[in-house]
Amino acid sequence: MTAAIAVRAVAKSFGAVRAVDDISFDVPMGSTTALLGGNGAGKTTTLSMLLGLLIPTSGSITVLGEDMVRHRYRVLPRLNFSSPYVDLPHRLTVRQNLTVYGHLYGVAGLKDRIGELADELNLGEFIDRPAGKLSAGQKTRVALAKALLNTPDLLLLDEPTASLDPDTADWMRGYFQGYCRRVGATILLASHNMTEVERMCDQVLIMKQGRLVDRGSPAELIARFGRDTMEEVFLDIARDRRRAPEGDGS
Amino acid sequence: MNLSFRRVAAMCLRHLYILKGSWPRVLEMAYWPAVNMVMWGFTSQFFAANSTWVARASGVLIGAVILWDVMFRGNLGVALSFLEEMWSRNLGHLSVSPLRPFELVVSMLCMSLVRTLIGVLPAALLAIPLYHYSLFTLGLPLIAFWFSLMVSGWAIGLGVAALVLRFGLGAESLAWVLIFAIAPLAGIYYPIATLPDWLRPVAWALPPAHVFEGMRSIMLDGVVRVDLLLSALGLDALYLTAGVVVFLRVWHGARVRGALLDVGE
Repeated sequence: MTAAIAVRAVAKSFGAVRAVDDISFDVPMGSTTALLGGNGAGKTTTLSMLLGLLIPTSGSITVLGEDMVRHRYRVLPRLNFSSPYVDLPHRLTVRQNLTVYGHLYGVAGLKDRIGELADELNLGEFIDRPAGKLSAGQKTRVALAKALLNTPDLLLLDEPTASLDPDTADWMRGYFQGYCRRVGATILLASHNMTEVERMCDQVLIMKQGRLVDRGSPAELIARFGRDTMEEVFLDIARDRRRAPEGDGS
Repeated sequence: MNLSFRRVAAMCLRHLYILKGSWPRVLEMAYWPAVNMVMWGFTSQFFAANSTWVARASGVLIGAVILWDVMFRGNLGVALSFLEEMWSRNLGHLSVSPLRPFELVVSMLCMSLVRTLIGVLPAALLAIPLYHYSLFTLGLPLIAFWFSLMVSGWAIGLGVAALVLRFGLGAESLAWVLIFAIAPLAGIYYPIATLPDWLRPVAWALPPAHVFEGMRSIMLDGVVRVDLLLSALGLDALYLTAGVVVFLRVWHGARVRGALLDVGE
């Protein structure tokens, strides 16, 4: 299967600190992959490099067939990103924000597309309210609407269901799965919600101290670690309690 | 360079939405230039009665005040457009959109033009009934003066934006104060000949010195100094290029340091 993302021997240093240390992985086209790790594991740095926000110290990153360091503008119209830690302009209404980003991404039939997303993500009641006056859950939904505006082939999601109530979060996961089936899109998500990872992901990449320490499907990892859930696998790896009997994560 | 007018227009739309949704902001833009002009208008009237130099052209101080505001607003327009992105923590989204840094720069310059017109035009128009002085009597050279000063303001505004991107929002007050470092050298209210000999070459290296000398030449002697206009525009091209290059280099540096996601209040 062709890789939507191909990362080869990528490292990133900030002065003496090695934030990401020689990682390599592929994200197959049409798959949903989770990037897991504790705080400071290097997930955000890795996501930033995949988005072209951060230039790697060494190694190569290819996204949708393009070198992300040299030709990122060829691929940026085909991907999108959502993070609860990056805001949209507070003083603009939700509709205005979506309109501005729609124009930036060159979305055809923008009014219809915004209406469609407002219906699908239930933004109607606050679409003409300033983005800064929304609740955390509403902001997350707006950020997802922005991320879906250009119907991206690749979605990079940083904690996509953070701040959502369990019902909305569950609905959102179903929405993403439906979106991937419908569009054939690829998703790479960073999440601390292991239920989400088990339900949505075909592949899991686990990082620790800047290195990729394990990988596999959720079922494979659970079986390999002899556990019942991904949560337990995650804790084992985070606390160095047990090593996987097979597979070295490379 | 691949410039998309659609994306530039989208960024302008983003700032126009802010202006549309906040009349106090629009009022604030026009407020200080108008107050400044009124104050200097009275000062001019006083000097016109007591100074033979000002009496030769009573509008010389009012014209200088209004034109200085063009430069100040030009600088502020660029810097504030960039600060808006920092304040709203929006740089991360913009940086992963197809918007290119150069398009961001062009959109900031466009918005600076809009902000400058909103800020300075009311003051210029108000001077006509209040002090019987019309800046527009400068004729065609006024367009060149306006353009030159605004471009000087843009260059400084881009420098401020670069400093804020490099050093964070702690440097944001530079948007309001940095430009005043060159005010004493720009010869806004007095000829460059007033400056000490050793300081004059520094003044002549700045476009506004040429503009204000040119303005006085028209108002006091009725002579259009094309040489001054051309040297001002030449220097502007140099400084604006430097401003753009510095901003783009700092932007690239922010991608190396990972600063584009870590900005905000």
